[in-house]
Amino acid sequence: MDYHWNWGVLLQPVATGEPHTYLGWLATGFMNTVALTLCAWLLALAVGSLAGIARTLPNRFARAAGTAYVSLFRNVPLIVQFFVWYFVVPELLPATAGDWIKGLPPYTQFFVVSVLALGVYTGSRVCEQLRAGIEALPKGQRNAGLALGLTLGQTYRHVLLPVAYRTIIPPLTSEFLIISKNSAVASTIGLLELSGQARQLVDYTAQPYESFICVTLGYVVLNFLIIRLMGFVRNRTHVPGLLGQ
Amino acid sequence: MFEMDWHAIFQSRELLLTGMWVTLRITLVAIACGLALGTLLAVCATARSAALNAFARGYVSLFRSIPLIMLLLWFFLIVPQFLKALFDLPPTVDIRLVSAMVAFALLEAAFFSEIIRAGIQSLPKGQWQAAQALGMGSYQTLRYVVLPQALKAMLPVLLTQCIVIFQDTSLVYVIALGDFFRRATSIGERDGNLMQMLLFAGATYWLICSALTLLVDLMKRGRRSRVGA
Repeated sequence: MDYHWNWGVLLQPVATGEPHTYLGWLATGFMNTVALTLCAWLLALAVGSLAGIARTLPNRFARAAGTAYVSLFRNVPLIVQFFVWYFVVPELLPATAGDWIKGLPPYTQFFVVSVLALGVYTGSRVCEQLRAGIEALPKGQRNAGLALGLTLGQTYRHVLLPVAYRTIIPPLTSEFLIISKNSAVASTIGLLELSGQARQLVDYTAQPYESFICVTLGYVVLNFLIIRLMGFVRNRTHVPGLLGQ
Repeated sequence: MFEMDWHAIFQSRELLLTGMWVTLRITLVAIACGLALGTLLAVCATARSAALNAFARGYVSLFRSIPLIMLLLWFFLIVPQFLKALFDLPPTVDIRLVSAMVAFALLEAAFFSEIIRAGIQSLPKGQWQAAQALGMGSYQTLRYVVLPQALKAMLPVLLTQCIVIFQDTSLVYVIALGDFFRRATSIGERDGNLMQMLLFAGATYWLICSALTLLVDLMKRGRRSRVGA
């Protein structure tokens, strides 16, 4: 193969005339990926927790709503969900809300839509993990809580959830890693996160290998950081006597 | 509110069906090649050889740490050059389709190998020992004793993974390959009814995937009751 390697291209100023280097573009992309991953992860934890709790409640309607949410978001490909959030949802909202979204600067709009799409999708996965965590607890825990006179809310708050969350930290770590990789789908609606910058770099420099290698390393670094962070969380929160280590 | 224009969708049926055929071909190739390579990898991962273990581990973590979109872009960069160097392909071969198939086959090999490895390791050690005691070699043990049981135990998880692959193929959008989703969006852009085509595409994926998920659930329940009986 007669590929002409040129790593120096990364330090050249960008061809658009802006005061950046191509490496600067990659750094911006990395920060965007990190910001998107973190925001979407927080949203996923919130939505997923609500839905996961709903799926274990005695109330039949709450359970059905949780099941419908999971069925809808797990059985439609992520890229389709991104496109629907971007092109369809603003049209279906009441005119004022839709116009507000469409009036945002394009970049903010990409980011907000990506956080929503990625967060709500991953929420359906978090929901299933939390439900499994709650269902894995012995039935006696819930019954004992209720028998002691705690309300259902107090039983969840003080008995079930503190253990359930801590037992599902390993699968949540996987979900965190998956959301960081799925954030790349945001490039399809125009967000210039790491993968988006990779394609822009190829267009401007015609040096695909250098930019793809940098971007791939960026994801590896992000994976590593997430594993360390979740390892720290796991060590700080592990249930004495219940889990290994 | 807006109404679906079913007539317009019906008129584009040929393009949509062609796209669905592309989607299905990628899915089927990914499942077939992924299962074959994944089984090999799983055997490597459970073999009594440090080098083979390390190879399988490295392969799996490499493929799992890269976003699928980057993987597709990587293979769309590499595969055409390899194909040109290795074979004298007729120009009619769709290079995008081949790149996507290779990317999915190699990626799914990593996912399938993890599933199959878990299946192999869930078998009691006695299965190995019994086969060895009967005088079977390693290959025979794997072929006749271990793999049939492991694959059977893992069937629901494997099928769920197949549904995931079917959904993930929609990401070939990034290399401009005309699968079902890509074609649905281009029809929408052509006719100025993108919104309707997106909802239609989403509904189609939802119908197919939830029907398949339901089947897998029924199968799981059927097995559990059989074991319980």
